[in-house]
Amino acid sequence: MAVRVQREDFDPGAELERFSSGKTSVGGICLFVGLVRDYAGHDPASGAAVNAMTLEHYPGMTERQLEAIEAEARQRWPLDDTLVIHRFGRLEPGERIVLVAASSAHRDAAFEACRFLMDWLKTKAPFWKVEHTPEGDAWVEAKQSDDAAASRWDKGTP
Amino acid sequence: MKVLYFAWLKAKTGVGEEDVAPPAEVATVGQLVAFLKTRSPGHAAAFEVMSTVRVAVNQDYGNLDTPVKAGDEVAFFPPVTGG
Repeated sequence: MAVRVQREDFDPGAELERFSSGKTSVGGICLFVGLVRDYAGHDPASGAAVNAMTLEHYPGMTERQLEAIEAEARQRWPLDDTLVIHRFGRLEPGERIVLVAASSAHRDAAFEACRFLMDWLKTKAPFWKVEHTPEGDAWVEAKQSDDAAASRWDKGTP
Repeated sequence: MKVLYFAWLKAKTGVGEEDVAPPAEVATVGQLVAFLKTRSPGHAAAFEVMSTVRVAVNQDYGNLDTPVKAGDEVAFFPPVTGG
């Protein structure tokens, strides 16, 4: 169980290598990497091109919330281990922004826990994105679809 | 009491962090907001639509009824957009 909030990039291959090494009772690892997309509103048809974005966070609370989300995942599924890495600062389209990983004896728990970690992270971890577009800077508004995805887990697993 | 502002709340208030000493009768987040709105037009603008504002007291999520007291760290910010 580990949480890292950092400005610098991470190497998914190296993280996977470290996360899996020495684990003999683990049947599977699910690892998700989120990237910065190049359209505001995430719709190329209607959104403006994004030159870059800047991620702001709440140092201290961010780590606490991520640790709480990890602990919740480990209560819900029989996980061997979890890892969350989230970047902050200025990021360009195509750059890695977030990594979550979960290992378990069985793949279903690892897949579901990974989805859960991302869904809750997007609605509970104190990060805010401001997108830099040719039309100016705009704070990204929270999406209802993210709230809906997170609320799926309110009554256990879907 | 330490008050923090993030994202567009920081832009509107013009400060990221400030130490405030609200009157003794300020005992909840809602009462603190009413006090903070008097500090500047920017503060008033930041708290104009409270449905778009989230709060944390001592780094845990709260709401307008959450108690606050001297020495607390209270943060205001929009709904989060990480990941």
